[in-house]
Amino acid sequence: MESVSIGKSISELHELLVHKDISSTELTKAYIKRIQSVDPTLQAYLTVLEEGALAQAAEVDQKIAQGQALKPLEGIPMALKDNMCTEGIRTSCASKMLDKFVPPYNATVTERLRAAGTILLGKLNMDEFAMGSSTENSYFAKTRNPWNLECVPGGSSGGSAVAVAGDEAAFTLGSDTGGSIRQPAAFCGVVGMKPTYGAVSRLGLIAFASSLDQIGPFTKTVKDNALVMNAIAGYDPQDSTSVPYETPDYTKFLVNDIKGLKIGIPREYFGEGIEPEVAKGIQAGIQTLIDLGAEVGECSLPHTEYAIPAYYLIATAEASSNLARYDGVRYGYRADSNDVLGMFKKTRAEGFGQEVKRRIMLGTYALSSGYYDAYYLKAQKVRTLIKQDFDKAFETFDVLLSPTAPTPAFKFGEKSADPLAMYLSDITTVPINLAGIPAISVPAGFVNGLPIGMQLMGKAFGEGSLYRIAYTFEQNTNYHTLKPNLSGEVLTGGSR
Amino acid sequence: MLSISREDVEYVAALARLELTEQETQEYTEQLNSILGYAAMLERLDTNDVVPTAHAVPLHNVLREDQVRPSINHEKALRNAPDGEEGFFRVPKISLT
Repeated sequence: MESVSIGKSISELHELLVHKDISSTELTKAYIKRIQSVDPTLQAYLTVLEEGALAQAAEVDQKIAQGQALKPLEGIPMALKDNMCTEGIRTSCASKMLDKFVPPYNATVTERLRAAGTILLGKLNMDEFAMGSSTENSYFAKTRNPWNLECVPGGSSGGSAVAVAGDEAAFTLGSDTGGSIRQPAAFCGVVGMKPTYGAVSRLGLIAFASSLDQIGPFTKTVKDNALVMNAIAGYDPQDSTSVPYETPDYTKFLVNDIKGLKIGIPREYFGEGIEPEVAKGIQAGIQTLIDLGAEVGECSLPHTEYAIPAYYLIATAEASSNLARYDGVRYGYRADSNDVLGMFKKTRAEGFGQEVKRRIMLGTYALSSGYYDAYYLKAQKVRTLIKQDFDKAFETFDVLLSPTAPTPAFKFGEKSADPLAMYLSDITTVPINLAGIPAISVPAGFVNGLPIGMQLMGKAFGEGSLYRIAYTFEQNTNYHTLKPNLSGEVLTGGSR
Repeated sequence: MLSISREDVEYVAALARLELTEQETQEYTEQLNSILGYAAMLERLDTNDVVPTAHAVPLHNVLREDQVRPSINHEKALRNAPDGEEGFFRVPKISLT
């Protein structure tokens, strides 16, 4: 029973637990065994919490034994990106700077998932401080794409995507500042949601760019995604950017029907830089949605090409400010020096990796006296224009649709030597963060044996429409049932 | 837009409290020029009458009652400090020269 349980969806696992076909302890052991078997290759995990996970599972099993009702996520093993604070458990941000950092408090999402009864299996690899699009910037490990071990998993939440794709957790959380949930979800063939800015609390999420960062779930299915959103979304008075709003039951939107929904196709997202095979795959997906009754029309988001420079100026400016706190005084790495200024400079030189330093330099420059108006303020004004593009498109359409990323997963080292080339690969995802709207990536086919993702973008707090279309698409395609073949094991996903 | 000189990079590194190696200084000079050269395309847009966006979902004056609540205790808050003594953070000497 144990060995066939992993790889199932949350809702299937819930049924198994409720009917006592499997205990949470057995399920947790099965995942730990799976991690031990495949993670030496995939390297999704930075920390595995065998003892803690089994203790949590035992508590759930006790509840089951007492005949208590189980909540939807209760007893389900999951893992968190290593930039979400976990009390008493190292939270490294995949940086030498925080190698030994053990948070004295939990992130709100950690608390909420604990209250939901989930089992925390461990912490996941990422680009250092979430800065990157390939997870190659981790100080600790090189996470591999389970579909092709020579390829990157995407980033920055590479570990979160791989843990779900490789059946090393039933679900995971990642964070998305410019595509860091959606792009790895697309590269690894799983479902990834970046919620509306302010929908999920950022308390305890180690800050990269505060006006853009947002936490969201990675799952195997759209239904699972809605179930996790139910647990993590909602107002948090401890996060001043959390938006007070009535959280819906996201599973209510899971209807296999999109008749009459208006879907816009922004032509700029199918232009230069988009690999023709990817565009073709997404066109096929659009046809599927038309056949299912959606009303599809072309639209324009004319300022799209300006999103990359605007994003990289705003994100790095905010990062340079946020990362000023790493000075070797209160926590984190410290280098030796005779005087305090030397200590600051050496600590930051030795504690941060190349990409982080590059972004601090860029952001500091954009904010420095004499350049503020030309770069940072200009970028904020362009952000307004990009947001207005979306507002206008949503006057006509319920949802917009595009490829999640311009290409499938690329090879290790292919873009790491040229920072600008890496930045340009984010063109289909960063405008969404600038506008603060929600977007989901769902599996939409394969190009050269690698998964591609379809991105659906919605109005602020319009996650429901995204789930409805994503669910309908999923029910009428089989991409999400296909699994990578790891170490010769036969893993069929037909039970969904 | 102006190109970025080696001196600019050294100046910014000092502002950012980053000690750069010779190789990093050279690399960052090249890369900042390349990235900001690309960003120069923003100049093509007339934004004189555009209001800047700092946050996509603007919230104003988030206030709460000033109530005493439990917080993380002193010992726990200092546990991650690289060096400390008697409830204080210890740092190398602060030189004013």
